[in-house]
Parts: sequence; structure tokens; C-alpha cells
Amino acid sequence: MSGTPLLSYAIWVPIVAGFFVLATGSDRNAPLARMLALLGSVAGLLVTIPLYTGFDMTTPDMQFVELSEWIPGYNINYNLGVDGISMLFVILNSFITVIVVLAGWQVITTKIAQYNAAFLIMSGLLNGIFTSLDGMLFYIFFEASLIPLYLIIGVWGGPRRVHAAFKFFLFTLMGSLLFLISLIYLYIQSGGSFSILLWHKMTIAMVPQMWIFFAFLVAFAVKVPMWPVHTWLPDAHVEAPTGGSIVLAAIALKLGAYGFLRFSLPILPDASHELSGLIVGLSLIAIVYIGLVALVQEDMKKLVAYSSIAHMGFVTLGFFMFSALGLEGALVQMVSHGFIAGAMFYCIGVMYDRVHSRKIIDYGGVVNTMPKFAAFFMLFAMANAGLPATSGFVGEFMVILAAVKFNFWVAFAAATTMIVGAAYTLWMYKRVVFGTVANHHVAELSDINAREFLVLALLALGALGMGLYPLPFTEVMHSSVTELLRHIAVSKIL
Amino acid sequence: MLAMACLIMIVDLFVKDKKRTLTFVLTQLTLVGAAVATALTSTGQILYTFNNMFVGDLMGDLLKLLLYLTVIVVLFYSRGYIQARPAMAKSEFYTLTLFATLGMMVMISANHFLTVYIGIELLSLSLYAMVALNRDSVASTEAAMKYFVLGALASGLLLYGMSMIYGATGTLEISAVAERLISGQANKTILGFGIVFLVSGIAFKLGVVPFHMWIPDVYHGAPTAVTLFIASAPKLAAFAIVIRMLVSGLFVAWQDWQAMLLILSVLSMAVGNFAAIAQTNLKRMLAYSAISHMGFMLLGIVTGIVGGNASYALNAYSSSMFYVITYVLTSAGTFGMILLLAWAGFESDEISDFAGLNKRSPWFAALMMMMMFSMAGVPFFVGFFAKFSVLTAVVAAGNLCLAIAAVFFSLVGAYYYLRVVKVMYFEPPPANAACIEAPMDVKILISVNGLAVAALGIFPQTLMSLCAVSLLRSL
Repeated sequence: MSGTPLLSYAIWVPIVAGFFVLATGSDRNAPLARMLALLGSVAGLLVTIPLYTGFDMTTPDMQFVELSEWIPGYNINYNLGVDGISMLFVILNSFITVIVVLAGWQVITTKIAQYNAAFLIMSGLLNGIFTSLDGMLFYIFFEASLIPLYLIIGVWGGPRRVHAAFKFFLFTLMGSLLFLISLIYLYIQSGGSFSILLWHKMTIAMVPQMWIFFAFLVAFAVKVPMWPVHTWLPDAHVEAPTGGSIVLAAIALKLGAYGFLRFSLPILPDASHELSGLIVGLSLIAIVYIGLVALVQEDMKKLVAYSSIAHMGFVTLGFFMFSALGLEGALVQMVSHGFIAGAMFYCIGVMYDRVHSRKIIDYGGVVNTMPKFAAFFMLFAMANAGLPATSGFVGEFMVILAAVKFNFWVAFAAATTMIVGAAYTLWMYKRVVFGTVANHHVAELSDINAREFLVLALLALGALGMGLYPLPFTEVMHSSVTELLRHIAVSKIL
Repeated sequence: MLAMACLIMIVDLFVKDKKRTLTFVLTQLTLVGAAVATALTSTGQILYTFNNMFVGDLMGDLLKLLLYLTVIVVLFYSRGYIQARPAMAKSEFYTLTLFATLGMMVMISANHFLTVYIGIELLSLSLYAMVALNRDSVASTEAAMKYFVLGALASGLLLYGMSMIYGATGTLEISAVAERLISGQANKTILGFGIVFLVSGIAFKLGVVPFHMWIPDVYHGAPTAVTLFIASAPKLAAFAIVIRMLVSGLFVAWQDWQAMLLILSVLSMAVGNFAAIAQTNLKRMLAYSAISHMGFMLLGIVTGIVGGNASYALNAYSSSMFYVITYVLTSAGTFGMILLLAWAGFESDEISDFAGLNKRSPWFAALMMMMMFSMAGVPFFVGFFAKFSVLTAVVAAGNLCLAIAAVFFSLVGAYYYLRVVKVMYFEPPPANAACIEAPMDVKILISVNGLAVAALGIFPQTLMSLCAVSLLRSL
């Protein structure tokens, strides 16, 4: 591997760019701020591409590792590295940041510099989460990333934004504080180390494993979000500006799931096995019950938010069946959901910018005035429903296959989502897009412009590409998943 | 060293009287002079002077340097506020500040219970007067009265406790008390009573529940410049006397005071955080937040000794020291911000006065946001590492329940800090909002203060090791 600190670039390029954008100051310099933000996000994406091209698929070890002392008093190190699992998310995150900057290009008209800066800084922090190999570094990025999102929801959000921002922040903080205590506990038990890889090898007795598992569960379940701690998500999604929703759905939700993979499963294999029934149960509730909840939503954003929760239920289900197929399916589902949910929120944002309503009832017959848009929207709706040839299908199918091997009835319950998911997505699509033109707002709609076309096309490329040819995604994760399964299979009780 | 500093101050008091600028400059020079004197005479050894009444050690030197720095910053922040209010614009403010500083210096270097007492009285008497400095304000006068009455009571408790310790051990010199206790010559019953009174007195000075009643009223009623002073520097001195009296002096009786402080600490975090939610006045909210922070700081002190084993003590105490230093830094910045936004005839101490600050001045809003997130303990700000180091000490002591309680109360605390951020960022500015008119030096200083909160949050190691080393060389 080359000696360039690529991962540091992935973290700090967007953050530094964010501060530059911030320095442009008032809205008079808006064009400059936008250009700088775009440059920063594209640069941030470019530096992550060598992570893929230079990635060695044969080894499960961490790659592009960087290690330097940070706080020697507590043995906290600036320790970065990626494996086949986290590398994909770093690239996805950097990609989504470009999308977000483009998505807010004309829509955001106040405090433009701050808006773009918040997203760039958050992008860097999120990359930090995915690449940290030091528990404390992970935690710091994990919690610091709350600040920009809190501001994004609160400053540029909808009418009930304050409520949503507080709920978001306090829910997540609640989870992460218990997580912090567990980290400190592991630090002391391991004889003074925050290294995650060392924790993977450490022996822990069953009782502490259970406790730590629950503490981790609270932290990650809030982030995923799993039923019953999901209630902040619909609020946050509905009130957040389009860009905020995209990042929230595409990246922030993945943090919880990623946390399970990096912390819960390998550090606490025995507790994970012991409690897998609980997680599978919660996942099934999320898949079936939340799917039904989505069916009755009148607000499009809320509908997609609930569908996100259901889709994330698939992810946690895939993890806790402890098979390679389930894990890889769940990971594919995570990446694909990043494209699809991001795209769905963007589609809703496109309509919202024109009509200023998210209610399904305010639309109807959009296809008559926005044919190009309707075509894209169709694609993403189908992908959201899990239609074959889209990425949504691949992940769900793999998880269901794994579930059949695990337990027929679990698979049966999970598979109902194919029906429910199709029902709520397509029903919404039908009511919004087809039919006669519902009112004069819809009649005055103009079709998407070149910028919006570009954004949608990029996302469509991701969703379709992954659906038609998932191999590039699965092959990089393969050896890491095998390694992870090996960790899970070994008991850590002495 | 101490004599030098005292002398400069007392001489200084007679010199100045007329011009206020001169007073200001002279005061600052005094402080700088004292700082230089401390730095130059610092040897890193433990030295006893004045018949063993005083001790000079690294912890004392470090705390004193920080004390001077804090007071210098406080005076810079307060200057504009004081000048804009003719009733207070006498030189008393500076004189009293210096006296209070002297009192704190005495507290920090005391090696004798009576010296501690003298220091506390010197500090308290100056503070009583400073709180009442705005003679025309009813609230100020009431706050000063309340402070004085309760403060006198607390001093009485403290003195009573000291007399009992004298009765039990036959000496009041801190190091001698420790020796007698180790050799087992003390009367346990009297000693126990003495410790109860001593801890009560200390708890009052720290402002922890249930001895916290004065804090909200004094913070609220006092002129903001005085609140800034009370909320910052004395916390350093209070930390020092806790270490000197309890850890250095009564180390052997750790079971007694540790259990008491544990209760005080949990109560403070509970009451402070919950009561702060209900406040609409920023000064009052910060008062309750100060109570909870002091409770959190005590966590480090109560987990120092586990079952008679003092191997974690150094880490625990240095985490508390780090906590208190960072708290003082953040607190000074926050009150400085209130002063910055205040102008003649307007106090800017309601939370709603900060509405829309992001529109009026993005830079200062960002600074204030950093302070608030730091107080809430969100990384990358220094408050996070302060909480982290104390929590590590608590978990290392095996007290997981306590750690969970502490983070639960921090979660409650996060709510009201977020509210300030909300007001600044999510709400439009009020119609009568004026521009921020403050001299350049204050603006620069407060920016440095805010950036220090962020910078120490990214590189906390230096300060952490300073605390650890100074305690190691002093205990």
C-alpha cells in the first residue's frame, strides 16, 4: 500500500473545506460558497476512490492503517483503518455528500454557507466513524456528528423543527452515554487500551457481556433505529430539509448497524448468540409492523421514513442469523438503502420545492406535468419495493434466503415485506403520480432541470448498477465477513 | 513568594485611587507581577514557610497561575460592563477583586486549617461586598444579604469542625494532622464530628446540594461582572482546599468524608440539572449548572480511594482537577459572552436575549455554541474530556452505578444547554437587538477563550499531564 494517509484525507478534506465555506460568510457570497462546497465534496469523493482501487480483497485485515498517539495519558490513539465492510460506507458517504450539496443548490436560500459547511463537516465526521479503530476515537466522531445534524434539522427544517431536533439529539445522546460507560469499562478490563481490534480478542465473562451488550444495544438500536426506539426518526425526517433527510437515511442510519458489526458481534459473541432471539424478534416487528404503519401514512416523507425503519429491520435480521449469506445480504441492503432512501427523499424534496407540501393528498397526476421526473421516481419506488434488477432486491433476497435456512417462519414473516413494501410504495406512487391532474399546483409543475436530472441519474446508476451486478460490492466484503463470522463463532468465556 | 505577591497588592491598594483606567492597568500589572513571581519562585519541591502555615508546591503553583490568568481575563471582560454602570464604576471593584484573589491564593497554599479559614474569610468578605456593589439594585442587596448570612453560618460550621479536629488531634497544621492520624493518636468520635462540620463548610463554599441555596440567588442577583468572577476563580481555590484539608490532612479518615461527599455529589447532579431546566434566566440556569458541575467534579474525589487502596487516587484527583480547570475556562467564556452582549442599561441575562444571535453575529454564536456543547460534554470540546476522565476514574473504582447515574444526569443537562443553542440558532433575533459593541481586546480575548475550549478538546493531553504531574509532586 502507498504511504498516503488516504483515510485522514477522507476525514479532513471535507472538514477543512467546510471551514473554508464557512469563511465565505454572508449570503451575498452564496455562489462562491456553493462552488467551494461542491469542490470540497467532489475532492472528498475523489480521495476515497483509491480506497476501492487499491483495496486488497484477499485479506480480512485492516487496510490503509494509520496509527499515531493522541492522548497517551489514556492510551487513546488516532488509529484509522478500513476493511471490506467499512470501506464501502466511506465511499457511499462521500458520494452522498456530493449529492446533498447538489440537492441544496437552489433550494436553500438562507445561510447558504453554514448549510453547506454543516454537511461537509458532518461528512468528514461520518467518515471518521467508519474508519476509527480506536474505541474512543469512534465515540468522539459518533457524538460530534450529532451537532451538525442537530443544527441542520433545527435551522433549515420544517415547522416543528425544534421538537424534532431535540428529540433527535436527546434520543441519540441517551444511547451513546451508556455506550461511553461500556467503552470505559472495556478499557479498564483490557488493561488500558481502547483498540477495537484488541477488544475483539479479549475474553469477557458472560454477565458483563450481557450488560455491555444491552448498553451497546441501546446506543445502536436508537441509531438504526429499531422498534421500539424508532420514534425520533419519522419526526426528524419530516422536519429536516431534503439534504438532511438524505444524509440521515443514507448514512446516519447505517451507523447503528455498523456499530453492531464492529462492536457487539465480535466483542460480545456469546451474548450475541444468547440474545439473538431478541434481536430477530425486534427486527421482525420492525419489518412487519412498521411496514403496516407505513401503509397508512398521509405524509410522503413519513411514509419513506417508516419504510426505512422496515428496511433496517432487514439489516439487523441479517446480522443476527450469523451466516455469511445473511451478513452479506444485510450489508448489500445497507448500501442499497443508502441509494434508494436517499433518492426517495430527494424525489419528495423535488416535489416539495415546487408545491411546498408533502401530503399525498395534495398531489395526483404529476406524470402529466413532470414525465421525466415520474420515470425516475418510478424506478426508485420499484427499488424501494424490492423489485428484481434493482439493488433493493438483492439485499432482501439474500437475507430472506439466509432466513429460510435459519427458521422457516422467520423467513415467512420477513418475506411478507415484499408484499407490504410493494403495497405502500406503489400505492403512494399511484396516488401521487398517476390519475388526472389534481389541482392547479400540480398543473403548474415544471419538469426537473439539468441539475436535478444529474442528481437523480447518479442515484439511479447506483441503485441499478448494484441490482444488476452486485459482485463488485460483495467481493470486497467477502473476506471481512468471513473473518467476522470466525470471531462470532469463538466463545470468549474462559 | 507569597509575601511578594501580598506586598505588591497591599502597596498597590494605597497607590491607586483616582483614574479608573489607571486602576485597571495597575490591577492587571499586579496580577501579572504575581504570576511572574509565582512562576519564578516555583521549584517543584514542597516547601513550607511561615512556621509551616503555608506550603508551596507544584499543585499550588499551577492553580495559582491559572487563578491569575482567570482573574486577568475576568477583569478584561468586566471592564466595559463596570464602566457603563456609574454606580459601580468606583475602584472598589478592582480592589475587592484583588483582595478576593489574595484570599484564594492563601487558600490554595494553606498548610494549616486556620490559614484556610483566613483565606476563605478574605475571599468571602470581598465577595459579599462585590455582590452588593450595585447599591441601587434590590436584587443585588438581597443576594448579598443572603450570601452573607448563609456564608457566615458556613464559616461557623467550618471553624467548629476545625476546632473539633484540633480537639481530636491536638494540632491544626495539615501535615501534622495527617501524621497524628497515621500514628493513631486521634480520638475517632470527635474526629468524625469534626469531619462532618468541615465537609459541610466546604460543601457550602463549593455550592453543592444541600448547601447550594445561595448559588442561584447570588448568581442571579449579583452584577454580571461579579457573577463572572464568582463563577470562575473561586472554584479553583475550593478545589485546592478540598485536596489540602481532606486528602492531605484527613487521608486516613477517607471513609468518613468520601461517603459524605458521594451523597453530596449525586444530590448536586440531580438537583442542579433538574432545576436548571426550569430556568429562563441564563445566569440562574448557569448557577444550577454550576451546582451540577461541582457535583460531577466531586465524583473524581470520592472515587480516589477504593477500599483503602489508594492506587487510583492520583488519576482520580487529577481528573477532578482537570475537570475544575476546564469548567472555569468554559464558565468564564460563557459569562464573558453575557457581558459582551450587555450594554449600558441592558443586562442580556435572559436566555431569550440570545435569540437569533447567529443572525446578528455568527462568530460569537459559534463561540457560545462551543461553550454550551462543552458544558454538555459533547466532543470535540474540552468538557467531554473532563467528563470522560472523571467517568474513567469512577469506572476504575468499580462504581458502575455511580457512572450510570452521572451520565443520566448529563443527559438531563444536555437538554438545557441545547436550549441555549436552539435560541441562538433556531429563533429570529428580537426587534430591539443591538449590534455588539465591545472593545477589540474583549472580542479577541473571548475568541481566544472559545477557541481554547475547542483546542483543548482536540489536544487535552498537555493539560491532563500537567494536572497529574503537579498532583504527583505535591501529595
